[in-house]
Amino acid sequence: MRGETSITGSGIRDRADLLARFMIAPAVLYITAMIGFPFIFAILYSLSDATTGDPSLHLIGFGNFRAVLADPVFRISLKNTFIFAFVSQTLVIVLSRILATALMAEFRGKWIIRFLVMLPWTAPISLGTIGWLWMFDSIFSPIDWIFRYTGLLGTPGALLGPMQNLYWLGEPALAMISVITVHIWRLLPLATVIQLAGLSSIPRDLLEAAEVDGARAWRRTLEITIPLTLPIISIAFLFGLVFTFTDMTVVYVLTRGGPIHMTQVLSTWTFFKGIEGGDLAQGAAVSLFMFPVLAGIAALVLRLARRSEVV
Amino acid sequence: MTGARTVVRRGGLYSILSIFAIFSTFPFYWMVIATFKRDHDLFSPTNNPFLFNEPPTMDHLRLLIFETHFLTYLLNTFLVGIAVVAITLAVAVPAAYSLARWARGWGEMFGIGIFLTYLVPPTILFIPLSRFASVLGLQESLWSLILIYPTFTIPFCTWLLMGFFKTIPRDIEEQAMIDGLSRLGAMVKVVLPLAVSGILTIIVFAFTLSMHEFIYALTFISVSAHKTVSIGVPTELVRGDVFQWGPLMAGALLASIPVAVVYTFFLDRFIAGFTMGAVK
Repeated sequence: MRGETSITGSGIRDRADLLARFMIAPAVLYITAMIGFPFIFAILYSLSDATTGDPSLHLIGFGNFRAVLADPVFRISLKNTFIFAFVSQTLVIVLSRILATALMAEFRGKWIIRFLVMLPWTAPISLGTIGWLWMFDSIFSPIDWIFRYTGLLGTPGALLGPMQNLYWLGEPALAMISVITVHIWRLLPLATVIQLAGLSSIPRDLLEAAEVDGARAWRRTLEITIPLTLPIISIAFLFGLVFTFTDMTVVYVLTRGGPIHMTQVLSTWTFFKGIEGGDLAQGAAVSLFMFPVLAGIAALVLRLARRSEVV
Repeated sequence: MTGARTVVRRGGLYSILSIFAIFSTFPFYWMVIATFKRDHDLFSPTNNPFLFNEPPTMDHLRLLIFETHFLTYLLNTFLVGIAVVAITLAVAVPAAYSLARWARGWGEMFGIGIFLTYLVPPTILFIPLSRFASVLGLQESLWSLILIYPTFTIPFCTWLLMGFFKTIPRDIEEQAMIDGLSRLGAMVKVVLPLAVSGILTIIVFAFTLSMHEFIYALTFISVSAHKTVSIGVPTELVRGDVFQWGPLMAGALLASIPVAVVYTFFLDRFIAGFTMGAVK
């Protein structure tokens, strides 16, 4: 900045400041109008008795939050939101670590493998989930077919039971496993690429020096690779959490929250309450329960950002 | 000895990679199979579901293209995508440039502010925004999507572009200004051409992000002819409770593969923008 001033004089600098303000104004205005404002409205709605039939803002206090908290479906949604996000992302971190390590090796046909393992992230999420919906079909599931074929299912005394199908999306526990599987499938590529970036940022000579000193592979991993890539692993984990925590598409397409609300999450419950049920006020109240968690995650990301310049 | 160890290692590597590749691509393989399978073959639980037990058919594709609104969904998606890209470019390019070049104290604040928009995801915003859309009379209109999709493209693309502009040395602009260009002229004629790859990247991302979007489209649009592909395929190819699996899978396949191919080329930049965005 200072250099520029000495070259072109202070008149230009003033103009640059003006120019900067002018150029940034549209972004600030848009974000304020379309994110800031609606967010305030979400809070106002949660304190009102607005419905789609009568959307006028008439504030009634915290009644919606009390009603929401007393609702058993809300409690299931809250619990599921945490379970889906944490279970899937813990597994994603482990799996993406394995995959990223494998992708660090040199081998023929790398680009095609890379393209294939990235597909779940690059294809539209609702369409990928539709593919899974058909794989979890109650009668034609290929997973059930393999179990039947191998004798694990469908005969008296078989390990998984005598019935012909497992009913993936009809049994609460299996439905939850299905949702978690799709989340893992969807976010594995993102975490893998982030971990790849972390792995390739480790100075090669550091690992070589350790190898010369006789450190075994597992010690190199434990004492060099993992500590050095911990910040970037955390970033992958936290972003994965944000995505799964706020995602509505997977549950909506796969189960609509069923069977009987057993896979409901905060985002789908917001939709069913607020949009399909027309209760804008309670819908907004449900959605706001996501906010403290997101704020916590963001604070963590910012702290990580301050502490390390590596990423 | 060492040769045998290499073989074992290679074998291990390839088996790990194959397992991951199969897990990632199986749903798409499953779409391909369903797209070309005859209904009779598709709906016989005893048939091997992984193979064609009867000759393949084009019926599902034909039905999808000629008897559903699939092409309209594609067109709508395309129109929304183009408009969102235009708005994003118009807003994000100047914002990112001025943040990268001129912003001092308030620049960092603004940067963190952009990052914090991740805190307010579509799942919190869609209820108030659905009211906004109906007050503005945009319910059921593609314009509601065009107006609202930049809520996620602008912050992300500004962030990404900021990084790009920072890598272009200031000296180049200063030299151009000594040579007689104005401040704005230096930006438009010297810096923007150097940032072409960055701008191309945000074009791809703004387009793919708006193509992937689901919640807003589901909330605002219920008329079939106005739907985008990401909601049209999952909601319209189901008649009552009956899923038309063949055309449904064909639609999912046709809409996801081209965008996935383009996206893949830009993925590394996406990740770089993402992680640096969070950290620097």
